[in-house]
Amino acid sequence: MTWVGRSAARREDPRLLTGNGTFVDDIHLPRMLHAQFVRSTIANGTVTGVDLSGTLAVPGVVAAFTAADLEMGDITAVLERPPSEFVPTAMPVLARDRVRFVGEPIAIVLAEDPYSVEDGVEAAQVTYEAHPPVLGEEAALAPGAPLVHAAAAANTLVDVSMFATEGIDDIFAAAHRVVRVRSRTGRQNALPLETRGAVATWDAREEQLLVRTCTQVPHQVRTVVAGCLGLGERAVRVVVPDMGGGFGLKCVVGREEIAAAAAALRLRRPVKWIEDRRDALTASFLAREQRYDVCAAFDEDGRILALDADVVCDMGAYSCYPFTAGIEPLMASAELPGVYRVPAYRVRGRAITTNKAPSAPYRGVSRPQIVMVMERVFERAARELDLDPVEIRRRNLITEFPYTGINDVTYDPGSYLEALNLCERMLRDEGWYERKEQAAAEGRFLGIGYSCFNERTGYGSGAFAKRKMAVVPGFDLAQITMDLTGGVTVTTGTMSHGQSHETTLAQIAAGRLGLDLAQIKIHQGDTDRITYGFGTFASRSATIGGSAVARAATKLADRLLHLGAHLLETTPDDVELHDGHVRRRDGGGRALAYRELAEVAYLKANLLPKDAEPGLTATASFDVHGDGTFSNAAHGAVVELHPGTGRVEFLRYVCVEDCGVAINPQVVEGQCRGGIAQGIAGALFEEVTYDEQGEPLCASFIDYKVPTANEIPDIEIHHLETPCAFTESGAKGAGEGGTIGAPAAVLNAVNDALRPTGVELEDTPIRPETVQRAIGAYA
Amino acid sequence: MKPAPFTYHRARDVAGAIALLAELGEDAKYLAGGQSLVAMMNFRLARPAHLVDLGGLRGELAYVREDDGVLRLGALTTHHQVESAPLGPDFAVLREAMSWIGHLPIRTRGTVGGSLAHGEATAEWCLLAVLLGAEVVVQGVGGRRTVPAEELFLGFFTTALEPEEMIVEVVFPRPAPHAALTEFAQRRGDFATVAAAVDLDAGRVVLGGVAPVPLRVPEAEAVLARGGTFAECAEAAAAAIDPPADGDGGAGYRRALTRTLLVQACEEAMRR
Repeated sequence: MTWVGRSAARREDPRLLTGNGTFVDDIHLPRMLHAQFVRSTIANGTVTGVDLSGTLAVPGVVAAFTAADLEMGDITAVLERPPSEFVPTAMPVLARDRVRFVGEPIAIVLAEDPYSVEDGVEAAQVTYEAHPPVLGEEAALAPGAPLVHAAAAANTLVDVSMFATEGIDDIFAAAHRVVRVRSRTGRQNALPLETRGAVATWDAREEQLLVRTCTQVPHQVRTVVAGCLGLGERAVRVVVPDMGGGFGLKCVVGREEIAAAAAALRLRRPVKWIEDRRDALTASFLAREQRYDVCAAFDEDGRILALDADVVCDMGAYSCYPFTAGIEPLMASAELPGVYRVPAYRVRGRAITTNKAPSAPYRGVSRPQIVMVMERVFERAARELDLDPVEIRRRNLITEFPYTGINDVTYDPGSYLEALNLCERMLRDEGWYERKEQAAAEGRFLGIGYSCFNERTGYGSGAFAKRKMAVVPGFDLAQITMDLTGGVTVTTGTMSHGQSHETTLAQIAAGRLGLDLAQIKIHQGDTDRITYGFGTFASRSATIGGSAVARAATKLADRLLHLGAHLLETTPDDVELHDGHVRRRDGGGRALAYRELAEVAYLKANLLPKDAEPGLTATASFDVHGDGTFSNAAHGAVVELHPGTGRVEFLRYVCVEDCGVAINPQVVEGQCRGGIAQGIAGALFEEVTYDEQGEPLCASFIDYKVPTANEIPDIEIHHLETPCAFTESGAKGAGEGGTIGAPAAVLNAVNDALRPTGVELEDTPIRPETVQRAIGAYA
Repeated sequence: MKPAPFTYHRARDVAGAIALLAELGEDAKYLAGGQSLVAMMNFRLARPAHLVDLGGLRGELAYVREDDGVLRLGALTTHHQVESAPLGPDFAVLREAMSWIGHLPIRTRGTVGGSLAHGEATAEWCLLAVLLGAEVVVQGVGGRRTVPAEELFLGFFTTALEPEEMIVEVVFPRPAPHAALTEFAQRRGDFATVAAAVDLDAGRVVLGGVAPVPLRVPEAEAVLARGGTFAECAEAAAAAIDPPADGDGGAGYRRALTRTLLVQACEEAMRR
């Protein structure tokens, strides 16, 4: 039976939907202490004193430690680039003398219950010498600005001019038309429903620190825990229970889980830290605060001739591990040309440091912005050249593959033009263009907007090496073991935080082994169960993790064929796997059930062929040595703006996506819908804001306006299929596309609706007040 | 986000609860549905030393009684009970307005009396009470008294209640067949950026989100009284107010919302 391509029911759901999942906060251990943190109340300054005597006097408080008490190494993320391009900065687990954002952890408090620990935190006395905070690009880059890190001149952590086509200035000078787009995007929180957390325990028998934590990258957490605490990696085990989302925020290593582990080691008692929502909103990892200044040269036919971009990303107070503050500017610089044939390209990408909570990857990483900017470039050019906005895209889309772009990236085949055409045809056939005309005649503001984009997935070690990261993620491992009952356990180095690996990876293995899903157990998130892995981020699990599983399954299948052929007294070429059995292709003789083979492999090794090892285990790895594989999609949004309130109402949202072979189409659609919801959130709703002292103004969901199901429209999804040539299942990644495409489609639709007013909006989130003011001024 | 230490008391009857609160002093608070107070305690923005839980008084204080053009609501009646009550056209405005309060789980816990005592300036019950001229029955150590809703709200989260006084009943003394409440917030269920309520029978206009208290707007009411258009009424209201600015919008935006919402509310009230 073929499993790949079927919308098999999620095997995770019965457990999760009946409340039987086990999340970090569901772990309760005898003698467990609860940890919380004394956090900086100022954005920038020197700590002149920490007095924990009041804390220790609170009933229930057991201990409290500062950086000096625990002696932990710093977390330092590194790019192997010259000092002119990258400045490494150390992030201490607990702040020592300097604090750099409101919410930075200064001391860890441990108490018998989660209430007393907060009383203990409240009783701590910290004195500061406050300095003026650096709170934005302008302040950070101003001459003579105070420095967030002494080593980082001009508050710049990354400054890379990745491309500069020779003669580009001449192209601009001679161009028929130059359009310029300047855009800012608000700081956002990836906002997993489950906040961060950890339960750390010293296991005396194993001589091992067991850290249960909700992370996308268990092995990287092990490395940092071991490094900061001076332990061998074998003395640290990271185990990940069920997770309620991550979205990139949990693919970096945080400070609090290290401090909790250090406290558990010191006190020899289990320590639980669960981040509360206020800390999650203000003191966790943030993302997306960027500024673009982009010029594009066009000929009279609307063909783009050159692209010149200046990108500044506000990465907050520290570089995140292992990606560094380069994560956003380097992604933006490498990928800006996107799905278009851009003949000349110049880009400067910078990461600046400010007195805000640090940035980490968030679903899409810079691509929501670069797609928004590029799609705005084409919309503007279409207006100025009096071309249809879809037609101008058609003239510039990459249509022949493989295509090596000006950004030195080779794109594998995709369906860029087909996706855009189908998306447009759907909206035309449904009559939205006529409705838009009619609305305009009635003085209503209805707009249609598109986005057309690709998404690099399956970043292997080759692609990450181009970034010059000291830690080069890329490959992954899978191990498959058949047990005596003829079923298998698949162990993967990837880590589902909502991606349905228990279903999709099982589908891959089931197809290769002729097994039913029920006979396959997926095991993930335990550093003691698999040699190494890079976890789940950058849409890598189906492509890289899935390919490793497919290869391991193929190896195991091969062993089963050999063993079966031996027992059936024929050759491997004459047997096949079918429905849990090895049988002769000619239909002769008896079919051997897997459990019979397993019995021989484990309990009757005397019957094995001479050269065969006992047991039935296979291990395989997979890496991508080229530039990865590119999913693509086109989004179409129809909105109506309400003049009296500025409300943006969705009338229609369609998505045509191509992620190659969809292992499980229902799972892909879930990824698209969730991603689009987060994209809409960025376009219209969410922004982390600060007052002039650097105090975050979004400490609850009252102020941080994550949209709910009420605000997200129905989304129709269509699939195209351009299989990936080098992943084992033909799959491309599907984790981020929705988030990447939605902001551009929404912004374009809003601007299309605003067209009579002459106002063009380039910044997100678009506030109702902004829309109301634009229309009000026009009326 | 765990509350500071407090002592929990469970009330057995109204008089006992009041006596207890009087004895405990200003550091004590009644706990009704807890939908505002508990959240504030979790943020440690409110830190009562004693909580007197009124949950045990629901049998006595949760009711919806419509009789001869007068509606009486027990103070512990939940929003959801009003939302699902078989109210006639005289008080349909109350039932319809409930959908603006938070989300369903909040409405199943939050109470009429709790919302009025909390005194949030955009709270639907506060607006409706002023709009419909409600009489708020409060009980203290010295017995009962009736506070007209218009005199209940003194300022930002400040009411005319004495610390130990408990709202026991809210009386809506006259039918309001042509009244409506509408609001705007970017997300459904949020505190309104601006809320507008109108009672065409009584000629009343009340706004939320534009002042520290639910605000009657005499200038707008005068337009209705002289038979002006709804647009003129809304324009008069927008000109009369001095709204605050915050992350949800500036004063100009709140005026614009006032114009839009008041016309909507008037039209909705007309259609009833």
